[in-house]
This record gives sequence, C-alpha cells and structure tokens, in this order.
Amino acid sequence: MTATPRALRRGRPELYSDYAADQAIWNTPAKRWSTLAVLLVAASLPWFLGRDLLGLGALVAVYAISGIGLNLVSGYAGQISLGHAIFMGIGAYTAAVLGGSPSGSIRGFELDLLVWLPLAGLVPAAVGWLFAPLAARVRGLYLAILTLGLLFVGEHVFKEATWMTGGSGLGRKPAEPTVLGFSLYEERVVLGTELSAIGVFYLFCLLLLVVMAVLARNVARTRQGRAFSAVRDRDIAAEVMGVPLLRTKRLAFTLSSFYAGIGGALLTIVLGFTTPERWNLLLSIDFLAVVLIGGAATITGPIIGAGFVVLMPRFIETFAGSLPEWFVSTAIGGTGLLNVFQLQRLLFGAMIILFLVVEPRGLFGVWIRVRNYFKAWPFSY
Amino acid sequence: MSTRILSEALTGTSVDLPAGTPLLEADGIELRFGGTRAIDGVGFDVRPGELFAVIGPNGAGKTSIFNCISGVYRPQQGSIRFLGAELVGERPDRIAKRGVARTFQNIELFDNLTVVENLMLGRHQHLDYGVLDAMRYLGRARRAELANRRIVEDIVDFLEIAAQRKLPVGMLPYGVKKRVELGRALAMEPKLLLLDEPVAGMNAEETEDMARFILDIRSELDTAMILVEHDMGLVMDLADRVMVMDFGRRIALGEPAAVQADPAVIQAYLGEPEGST
Repeated sequence: MTATPRALRRGRPELYSDYAADQAIWNTPAKRWSTLAVLLVAASLPWFLGRDLLGLGALVAVYAISGIGLNLVSGYAGQISLGHAIFMGIGAYTAAVLGGSPSGSIRGFELDLLVWLPLAGLVPAAVGWLFAPLAARVRGLYLAILTLGLLFVGEHVFKEATWMTGGSGLGRKPAEPTVLGFSLYEERVVLGTELSAIGVFYLFCLLLLVVMAVLARNVARTRQGRAFSAVRDRDIAAEVMGVPLLRTKRLAFTLSSFYAGIGGALLTIVLGFTTPERWNLLLSIDFLAVVLIGGAATITGPIIGAGFVVLMPRFIETFAGSLPEWFVSTAIGGTGLLNVFQLQRLLFGAMIILFLVVEPRGLFGVWIRVRNYFKAWPFSY
Repeated sequence: MSTRILSEALTGTSVDLPAGTPLLEADGIELRFGGTRAIDGVGFDVRPGELFAVIGPNGAGKTSIFNCISGVYRPQQGSIRFLGAELVGERPDRIAKRGVARTFQNIELFDNLTVVENLMLGRHQHLDYGVLDAMRYLGRARRAELANRRIVEDIVDFLEIAAQRKLPVGMLPYGVKKRVELGRALAMEPKLLLLDEPVAGMNAEETEDMARFILDIRSELDTAMILVEHDMGLVMDLADRVMVMDFGRRIALGEPAAVQADPAVIQAYLGEPEGST
C-alpha cells in the first residue's frame, strides 16, 4: 500500500489509494482548506467586531451546538422532537444550580465550569435516556405530540421549582464560566489587543462548537450514525439487518439531549438571565428551523441554519428603517401595518415554508447544488 | 489494495454440524391474521449448505414463512429452531445476530444512503466499537471501519457494482438495487440466507447474472439458502429440494424433478382437470 504520488493527485481530489484516505473526515483538499479558512475567520472575529455583534456570534455558536443535537435525533434518526427546548432547559438549570450563585431562596453552589459543564450535558442526557423507551413506541405525528406533552410537563416543573429557576416571570442568573479560577467571561488582553468579555466567551463557545461538531460528525458517519439513518428510512429492514430499534433510538435521544443541555447552559450565559418561560414551544420550533433551513441529516447544516436563524431577525431590524413607514413602523406605538417583531416572525415562518417546499435539504442542499453545478461546468449536468 | 475472493473476506458463513443435523428446523408453524390462516401447520428442515426453494401461487404464504424466520411476524404456534436456538419470539435483530440474513421481495434498501453505506449497515453487528470510540474515531473504531470497509469492497467487487458504490441507492435502477440488497445480506456474513424473489421483474440476462451470483455464493461460501421464487426455470435448475405451498399449507416437498411430477402441485398451479369437479 503506497500513497499516490502528489503529482498524480493534483486535480483529482477523489483519487484514493486506500480506504483511510477515502473515509477521512475531510477527504478532499477543498474540504480541508475551506474548513480551515472558515475556522480562521471565525476565530479572528473578536479582534474586529464589537460587543454587540460578538454576542450574536456566541449565540450562533450556541444555537449550532443545540441544533446539531436536534439534527442527530430528528434529522439522522428521523424522530421528530418538539421537546428539545426542555432538554436545553434542564441543561441550563443544572448548570445554573451547580455553577451559579445563590440569592434568596434560589440555590447555587458556585462550582467550577469543569464540574457543571459536563453535568449540564449528562443530566439532560439521562432524562433523554429515560424518556426514550416511551418515545420509541410511537413515530411521526404521534411522537411530535408525545414530545409536545413533555414540553408542557417540563415547563410546569420549571415554573414551580422556584429554588432552581427563580419562578415564573422572575428568573435567575446563570452559571459563572470559571475554569480553575480563570473566568471565561472577562475582558482579557489577547495578542496585544484587549478583548471584551463576550469576545472571550465567544471564543470559548466557538471552540466547544468545533469539538462537539467533530464528535457528532464522527458518530454520524460511522456505525451508530448509519444505524440512525437506517431506522429513519426503514425501521423494519433495519431491525432485520441487526440494528436494535430501541437501543438505537435511545442513543439518538441521549446524544441529542446531551448537546441540547450544553447548548442550553451556554445560552443562559450569553443572555445573562433566564426565566422558566424561555424553554417553550417557540424555542423548540426555532431549532426545528435551524435543522430544516440548515439541512437535515448533516452537521454543517445546523451551523449554517443557526447563523440564519440568529442573524435574520437582526438583519430585518437593521433594514426595517429603510422600508416605508406605513408598512413597518420602527418606533414603539407606530402607525405602520406591522411592527418589526411581527415582520421578523412573519418572514421566519415564510422561510420555513419556503425551504420545506422548495429545498428540503436546506441551505446545505443549496450549497451542494452550487457545488455540483461547478463540478460539471460547462455542462449543465 | 488488492481485492480478495469472497471466501477470504467472509469467513463465518459455513457451519460445522454433525452429519444429519439440520441447520434450521421448522415445525408446525401456524400464523393467523384474524380469521385468515396465512401459514397453516407447515414444517420443514434446511440442511447445512443446502439450497432450499419455496414455491407456490401468489398468497400461498411463502413470504410469511420468511417473516416468521426473520422475526418480523410471530407465529401463534409452532417452533423454528436454528442451530439449536428457538427463533419464535426472538427480536429480529437478535435473529440477525445468530446468522440469518434476508433480502426482501419489494426492495427495502436505505434510499438516502450510498451503496457502500448500505453494505456497511449489513456489517453493523460485526462492528463492535461503542459510541465513545466512534466519537474519537481513533484506534478501535477506525480500525474496525477500515477492515469492514475492505470486506464491503470485496462484496462490491464480487457483485460487480463498483461503478455505483458512492451513489445513493434511491437513484439506482431496479436490477442494481436487487444486487445491492443481495450484497447487504451477504455483508451480514450469514449462516442462512433468505432470498425473497431475487429475480422478480428481471429480464433473461439479469436473471442469468443473479443465478450466477447465487451459484458463486454457494460454491465459495457454502452458505445455506432458502429461495422464494416464481421463476420455475431458476428454481428447478438451482434448488436441491423444493417445498411447494398453497393456501398456507405444504403440499409437496422433495427433489425438483419429483415435485414437478406431483399431481397435487400440478393441480395447484394449473387447476383441476376438466370434468373432475
């Protein structure tokens, strides 16, 4: 087994001489370089952007982490879940109780990030593991309704457990992101420039996203990931091939909840505050949009989708001013047909419908089309 | 990397049983759907290395027998013993693990996955790493993936589908899909292979190809096979023994020539002679 000479490989990115090269996670030079370029740009942002935009950047990273989680269970394994927000909430409150500070009747143990961050994933994962046998009994619409039920139960528990959540309408502060006394949410001088606190935290979220995305991709492209797809496409055939249904669905729910929990814990830190009402159906639908708009059953998809879902409302807000006043009023109590918030929601809903109808594979599918066009260029197919 | 012949890639397909012991022993299987008896007290045995064919008119219960063996249906009565273990009541994935693989009459491939991924799914139970190994994709998981990828490529080579290996299965033509499905079952490294109408809807040339594959599998792997098929020519040429079913009952069992001459079989296929009713 000898490696193919470099000269022979040039211009033939899919010429492989061993299975290891073919099965590598970045199996063409183009994928390697583009990933590296995107990473470099993303990592350099704190040196160029202001606090406001970096907050959005951190939000994108956090949404992407949770989105990847939902994509594992809904995109790959085909188990539609509306309960994602609850798993995020469980992660958020696990983190807040363990890593947050107490105030009044609200509990907080002020533990280190190295303690609360893994547990913010593991506790929801355990709940997902327990919930899975129930969810594995039904599929499709019935599963959607079942997970909706979970959402209502969870929301009620969050509202009642005031020692944990601070109670309805009041809320609590999140965990402190401190690793061995080193705060990840504090202004720091890095490479000669003083970065804002959110800039530092953005870098942490980005690092976590990269690590978790690679781990998820490795699961998705190997044994269990294939089993997820098999269960999604034809569950009876999958079982006859030796894929245990319950165990596979259970793994999908457990992994998905782990990602949800980590995302939830980080989300509260980015937002600085959380009420029990946050973990509701609307948040779950946000994540379905992340998956659908980004691209179901891909890892890159939810990252793109997260960018879209987080940045689009801001984009609309910025450009609403240039729309006619009778149509969209930017000021509170304006006389326009819609206000900015309504426009955001309307376009958001329209986008979901548009993608489902026109490009079910999402933005990632659009990219695949563009890529295939240029691959075949100058021929049309 | 050179490809290997099939018997070098798949080593777990032959069984070592004392002479005269059947590989699979079905006894008095009865499967009812409400008031309909899909299988009505059928029993048979399959010997190691044998090619056992099941034929019969539409609705005779042939596919139902497959569904009972592979655990998709649970017969209300009777037993199916495979290598000494009872299959009735076992989960399909456990039965698969015991060494029973099958193809389906209406292709049941995973359409969104590529040919290689479909075959790798056949290897699912031979991949022994856990999800934490998979996440790191180092050492154990990577070794297992690469070794099994090589086995899959040997099967791809054997079935002559190398050109399609990276295409999603949903895009492939019917004849190739049938081959991929056979490949997926082969990848499971079965001790008993159930083939449900492998040449249904194929032209003469494709049928010849499939017959060649079945013969090659026999000679290279020594796998026992049960074949459900409507193509009489194929069945009579390939099978060691034939079981004929009609309305859920076994009406004949024996060597192909003997079965062909059986009056009950002729009656089931061609109807009663005129004036006899």
